[in-house]
Amino acid sequence: MSLYFRYLNIQLKSQLQYRASFLLLSIGQFFIPFMVFGGLYFMFERFGQLEGWSFFEVTLCFAVIHLSFSLSECFARGFDAFSSLVASGDFDRLLVRPRGTVVQVLGSKFEFTRIGRLLQSTIVLIWSIANLPQVWSFPKAITLFFMVFNGVMIFTGIFILAATFCFWTIQAIEIANVFTDGGREMAQYPLTIYEKWVTRFFTFIVPFGCVTYLPLMYLLDKEEGSWVTGMLVPFGGLLFLLPCLLVWRIGVRHYRSTGS
Amino acid sequence: MRAYVSIWRLRFINGMQYRAAALAGMATQLFFGFVFIMIFAAFYRSGGGDSTAFPLQDLITYVWLQQIFLSLIMLWIRDNEIFAMVTSGNIAYELCRPMGLYPFWFSKLLAQRVAGAVLRCFPITTVVFLLPEPYGLSAPPSWTALLLFVVSLLLGLILVVAISMLIYISVFWTMSPTGSMLMISVAGEFLAGMVIPVPLMPEWLQRITYALPFRWTTDFPFRVYSGHIPQQEALIGIGVQFGWIAALAAFGMWLMRKALRNVVVQGG
Repeated sequence: MSLYFRYLNIQLKSQLQYRASFLLLSIGQFFIPFMVFGGLYFMFERFGQLEGWSFFEVTLCFAVIHLSFSLSECFARGFDAFSSLVASGDFDRLLVRPRGTVVQVLGSKFEFTRIGRLLQSTIVLIWSIANLPQVWSFPKAITLFFMVFNGVMIFTGIFILAATFCFWTIQAIEIANVFTDGGREMAQYPLTIYEKWVTRFFTFIVPFGCVTYLPLMYLLDKEEGSWVTGMLVPFGGLLFLLPCLLVWRIGVRHYRSTGS
Repeated sequence: MRAYVSIWRLRFINGMQYRAAALAGMATQLFFGFVFIMIFAAFYRSGGGDSTAFPLQDLITYVWLQQIFLSLIMLWIRDNEIFAMVTSGNIAYELCRPMGLYPFWFSKLLAQRVAGAVLRCFPITTVVFLLPEPYGLSAPPSWTALLLFVVSLLLGLILVVAISMLIYISVFWTMSPTGSMLMISVAGEFLAGMVIPVPLMPEWLQRITYALPFRWTTDFPFRVYSGHIPQQEALIGIGVQFGWIAALAAFGMWLMRKALRNVVVQGG
């Protein structure tokens, strides 16, 4: 763990060397989801509500997903950029070091410019919570924290899975975008608005539903239920990460260096 | 002219090489199309507000056309080679070539977009046409609408290249493409109706988009296709497209001349 923080520290310092570029990129990262949010706002301005969900309820969902996405992009970026490590054969170096591969890949890259995106989603989160008085209680705050935490776990799991495929394909596969970018676009709205098969897939296979829709029902008092389920359901995200790590292990064992 | 055509052909063949990537890209685009349509459809289902401004069927067509012609008309597609050329100093070689730099880059960018689109658009179009109601793409109401659509789409393509040329030229001054590129493409994408369709925007924002060139690259051709913009208006719109292209190309060429007059070739 201390190794991880050392990696974090070094990367932060190296990225802050180029201050202007860092700042510009962060601002840009602030504006990308801002446009998406603008679209959401204008849609609500025109239609008033979304199948019984009010504007602030949806923005809460939006904020949770974007918060988890930006956090995992910041900290698990190493897996996202993993294909270059395999293609160049640099992964060999990681293997000979006496530390776990996961920590090393995780530490190989951090994307701190995502702070812009993070800031944007935090603002949205605060704004929507301020307008949803039913969320103001201690167990619900904890649930909210679990939602974000497990959201990060899911995105990280997807990054790891996509990276694992690189062991076989060498190249990065664009199809993984369906689950990262696509998952983000989709999960920023409550899952009920989609067709049944989509909802099922993203609840039981890739458990976005566990970090947004199901706990949201509890947060917003839409469904009678004890706080226990509301708090436990988000851990589906953690449950998703475990098999991903397992697959990663198998992948590492199958790794054959490109030798260049 | 022959030189430009052969550059065009070279880039085109080059772009056609990446077939596996195209396949993965198509799956991604189909998925995104589905998600967007489901979101919009949910908004329409919840009623309220006034949805008469833009019928759902037109909107679905709009979303699919966006996905089909994504690489043709998206502003953020960029050629990192050109950026690298300016910052690394290889621009010197480009200047030695016996042809104008503006038309040279222009044809290069044009070819790139067309190659990317040709590979992807036919399979996606077929799939999307065969989709069951209500997700399928509907045919244009008349042959004239289709013809006008093709013309306006091609003009939109030229227009988007003209806009992106300005970004490339700006690198001569800024040296770093990321900042200006990101800002313009994010704002441009929104104003082109790629996040939410222009007819669904509030009145005041629509007025802004009408005054800017971005909307003529995507929003206009797609609405001509579905017949949401009547033919009379479409003809006027095509005229406006011509006007923007002429203005932006002239501005770009002037800017390029100015940039090249005091270009600093980066060493290395």
